[in-house]
Amino acid sequence: MEDFLQNLLNGIAAGSIYALIALGYTMVYGVLKLINFAHGDIFMIGSFVGFYAGRYMARHATGEAASLGSAALVLLLAMLVCGIVGYLNERIAYRPLRNAPRIASLITAIGVSFLLEYGGQMVFGPDPKFFPTLVEKKIIHLGTITTTNYQFIVLAVAIVFMGLLQYIIYGTKFGRALRAVSFNFETASLMGIPTDRIISMTFVLGSMLAAVAGILYGLSYPKIDPLMGIMPGLKAFVAAVLGGIGNVPGAVVGGLLIGIIESFVGGSQFSSYRDGIAFVILIVILLFRPSGLFGRYEPEKV
Amino acid sequence: MSPVLAIHDLEVAYGTIAALHGISLEVEKGEIVTLIGANGAGKTTTLRTISGLLKPRKGDITFDGRSIVGSKPHIVTKMGVSHVPEGRGIFANLTVRDNLELGGYLRKDKITAQEYERVFTLFPVLKERIRQSAGTLSGGEQQMLAISRALMSRPTVLLLDEPSLGLAPQMVQTIFRVIREINAEGTTILLVEQNAHMALVTAHRGYVMETGRIVLTDNTKALLASDRVRKAYLGG
Repeated sequence: MEDFLQNLLNGIAAGSIYALIALGYTMVYGVLKLINFAHGDIFMIGSFVGFYAGRYMARHATGEAASLGSAALVLLLAMLVCGIVGYLNERIAYRPLRNAPRIASLITAIGVSFLLEYGGQMVFGPDPKFFPTLVEKKIIHLGTITTTNYQFIVLAVAIVFMGLLQYIIYGTKFGRALRAVSFNFETASLMGIPTDRIISMTFVLGSMLAAVAGILYGLSYPKIDPLMGIMPGLKAFVAAVLGGIGNVPGAVVGGLLIGIIESFVGGSQFSSYRDGIAFVILIVILLFRPSGLFGRYEPEKV
Repeated sequence: MSPVLAIHDLEVAYGTIAALHGISLEVEKGEIVTLIGANGAGKTTTLRTISGLLKPRKGDITFDGRSIVGSKPHIVTKMGVSHVPEGRGIFANLTVRDNLELGGYLRKDKITAQEYERVFTLFPVLKERIRQSAGTLSGGEQQMLAISRALMSRPTVLLLDEPSLGLAPQMVQTIFRVIREINAEGTTILLVEQNAHMALVTAHRGYVMETGRIVLTDNTKALLASDRVRKAYLGG
């Protein structure tokens, strides 16, 4: 029983990071029908901004209150940088291909991904770096299970940003326009919606959420390197497909499920398959329910 | 008086296949002008080019004396041309209210209660459906919504593409009555229709299109009486 609760808690914490990344995949897919394979690498950039900013702060700030404030500042900075990278990614790499066949954008996305990964090795160096301690780590005992304040921070921050996204999508004029664009690009433009600007903003939002994930990841698993975005990126992609790609709540549920399933596999006798289980899930979902848990089935238009 | 909307020698092609072979037409302020013709004649292509969804190979389109060729669709909408596309283009995943609000996307002010009242007067059924997802509406109700939504941007010119397509006769009557009312309140209308009879009794002037060309134009009385139109479009 306590193993069960322990695995569940670990799974939820890891899953909420996947969920934050998956939201970016699913939002971009929603408006452009493009799998932005560079998204996992934006997450990596978020982590690295956190690394450099956190290290700088650690030298210049002292005290408990300063630590929380500077952690928030690090987070905002990472979001800002990733937002800009996401914007440029769309503006330079994808927009010129807007009317090209979809495969062209897909190949470009893979190219951008490589560029960020190996460009990252050039800029940051290929060796793993140790993510700074933004917040003092505390061990918490809850009955028989052991946890840290990090898991609660991860969960709380993820919930706050998911709530914020929910509000943006369903409570603002921009969100309404975003939903219109993802339903039908062309009709949205007839409403006077500047579709290009909405698409840019979608990339910015998704990249900001990836930055949040990058910081939370660095906090939880403090070894970071320029290729760190590949695995979480792929798993978050699986999470988005599991939830029904293009479906926002689906990405959250998919992310949590992947995190929880991974955690249970990791805690079982099959623990060496921990990293493979997400892909087993991908194959199963593509075979039996390609539209995902919450997706609508839409036959490909010819 | 110069026309509010004028098309001059417009040529549009899909790849190498020409769809419009140099058409010209004019719409005066306050008019209902209809564009009739068979399937594939180029009526929808004409509207889509006006609203900026298609780029012409040649020719000019002016709105209020200014050229709008090459402008993006949201700019054309901003200038005062509202396009109700073929198939209505309802955002089925959004509520009826969200659809109406999107129609007023460019406005700085909010859509007023009076404007909602006006829509509900034109189409009372939309009032009952306001919270519903637009995808649950019937075809006729979706057309009502599409027209109402287009009005929310307070357009000078309304482009209507096949508003009667697939609707029950009773609903067709309602839609055309509203088209006349909207026009009477001052909105200029360019109406594309396959239902030539309804279009000609509703509009002031008409253009007849065949395979990418305008083959005939006159006031609708004359067109209704013309042998050519009667034979080809009005069933003898």
